[in-house]
Amino acid sequence: MKATSKLYRTEQRYAYLFIAAPVLGFLIFAMVPLIYSMYGAFTNWNGLGQMEFIGFENFINLFKDEYFYKSMYNTFFMMLGIPIGIVLALLLALALNRGIFGTNTFRVLYYIPVISSIAAVSILWQWAYNGDYGLVNQFLDLIGIEGPNWLQNTATVKPALIIMAVWKGLGYTMLLYLAALQSVPKTFYEAAKLDGANAFQAFWHITLPMVKPVTFFIIVTNIIGGAQIFTEINVMTPTGGPEYSSASVVFYIWQKAFGNFQLGYASAMALVLGLFIFIITLIQFKMNEKSSFDLD
Amino acid sequence: MEVAVVKKEVKAEPMSEKKKDRITNIFVFAFLSFGAIFMVAPLLWMFSTSLKSKEDVFALPPVWIPKDISFSKYLEIWDMGPLLSGIGNSLIVALSVTIIGTLTSSLAAFAFAKLKFNGKNKIFIMLFASVMIPYPVLMIPQFIMFSSIGWVDSLLPLIVPGLFGNLFMIFFLRQYLNSVPNSIIEAAKIDGCSYFQIFYKIIFPLIKPAVAAQLILWFMGIWNDYLGPILYLNSPEKQTLQLVIANFNASYAIQSDYPLIMAASVVALLPMLIVFIIFQKQIIESIAISGVKG
Repeated sequence: MKATSKLYRTEQRYAYLFIAAPVLGFLIFAMVPLIYSMYGAFTNWNGLGQMEFIGFENFINLFKDEYFYKSMYNTFFMMLGIPIGIVLALLLALALNRGIFGTNTFRVLYYIPVISSIAAVSILWQWAYNGDYGLVNQFLDLIGIEGPNWLQNTATVKPALIIMAVWKGLGYTMLLYLAALQSVPKTFYEAAKLDGANAFQAFWHITLPMVKPVTFFIIVTNIIGGAQIFTEINVMTPTGGPEYSSASVVFYIWQKAFGNFQLGYASAMALVLGLFIFIITLIQFKMNEKSSFDLD
Repeated sequence: MEVAVVKKEVKAEPMSEKKKDRITNIFVFAFLSFGAIFMVAPLLWMFSTSLKSKEDVFALPPVWIPKDISFSKYLEIWDMGPLLSGIGNSLIVALSVTIIGTLTSSLAAFAFAKLKFNGKNKIFIMLFASVMIPYPVLMIPQFIMFSSIGWVDSLLPLIVPGLFGNLFMIFFLRQYLNSVPNSIIEAAKIDGCSYFQIFYKIIFPLIKPAVAAQLILWFMGIWNDYLGPILYLNSPEKQTLQLVIANFNASYAIQSDYPLIMAASVVALLPMLIVFIIFQKQIIESIAISGVKG
């Protein structure tokens, strides 16, 4: 009995040693900054003078700030790309799931934008959206449409960013769907066929319900990612677009914090964003029974 | 009666169904090819632009294969901005973080999957809860922390946090280790192996394929990172590759030297493209698994 407990203690000592780095990292780079940020949001923190506690003033100002609303609206607007991407990706995955000639090549080709650096891709699309010589308008010209100056126009700058985001993310979503489709037992479809179901019915009553957990995962991760959109806006519209019409929340936070040094105000904004993301994540954990953290 | 009818239909149909299948496959192939063109065209356009002369860029209608293919921009870019030091800095950050971070992550994954200790569940959930905290919430205080110790405009703020491990990697490797039988570890213990020996003689060789895939994905993430570097790095010679090309874009677009900008962007994009093409099987598998496990 004594021997086992000594062995157990040795094992425990090593275990603590092995997890020490991530636990320390968690405390230093997540916990301390989080608490700091939560406190900072209630102060007039500007990086230089004293941090003075000012209660809810930042939050009150935030909800009177036209630019905050604008950046929120822009961020949500650009999430319209999520359903478009999902429908396209599912279609592509269904097509690829037939196991036709060239499947692997297609998978690689569709995935290339995903692994491409977002900065390089933004530079490329900024050029592609050039009003006079860009690829997009030259293509539209072929089918007789005169394209706008995409990134200089309040009406088109957000759709332009959405198209690019769909293009970049499509391969990833498609891959997740393809994996999900391949795990649906073939017998389900055979049974449905025997019962006289047509292809559409089989899709509606078998495929869709079977890929539902993946759909849910995609929606949640896309919302979390979409809420933090920054790089493409910073590269393609360095000033936040015409009339600030492409600025996202993170872009506004970044400007306020590192441009104007309104650190308290920016922290308050970041906290609102963090809360939103937290709620979305919580919904995922609640609804996805599959994710459990049972050890042993 | 009904069953018999259905069976008869199924038996009577195979030939025509096979044919129908083939026709559908042709349409599907066409659909996929059409889509693939849209996916790849912008990247090809980027490459094609980089080979053009400054004037050819503005040719109407557009030229896909320029008359005079010139690789001169690929020589010019190295003098037009700190591209070489950008590549060096990106390599320093990505290599040091992934190599050391992978070691710390896999040790932790081993402990969480195979060792017994008090509070294992609680510690794991606590660690994993922190992935819910988005970077924008942490970036301001982190910046202030690093600036108070004088690390701004150095690569350290980009390197040091990563050395402590990557939670996604820990999670993924722990999952992977669950399929390794405990009896192997028990046997090694009886043979007198220390825990470090168990790790590098038994565990690490077993999880190597999973580690490799995760390491590549992590490396790509760091290589392509933009928000971290833009916060910390000001001096041109300190910047990572992604910032360098963004600055190329900002400075040379005014002179409309698009071939130059595109050549620099191709250089920034190419290393990961090559890595991806070499390891595509492992990368794609690893992504697919992480999604299904969701």
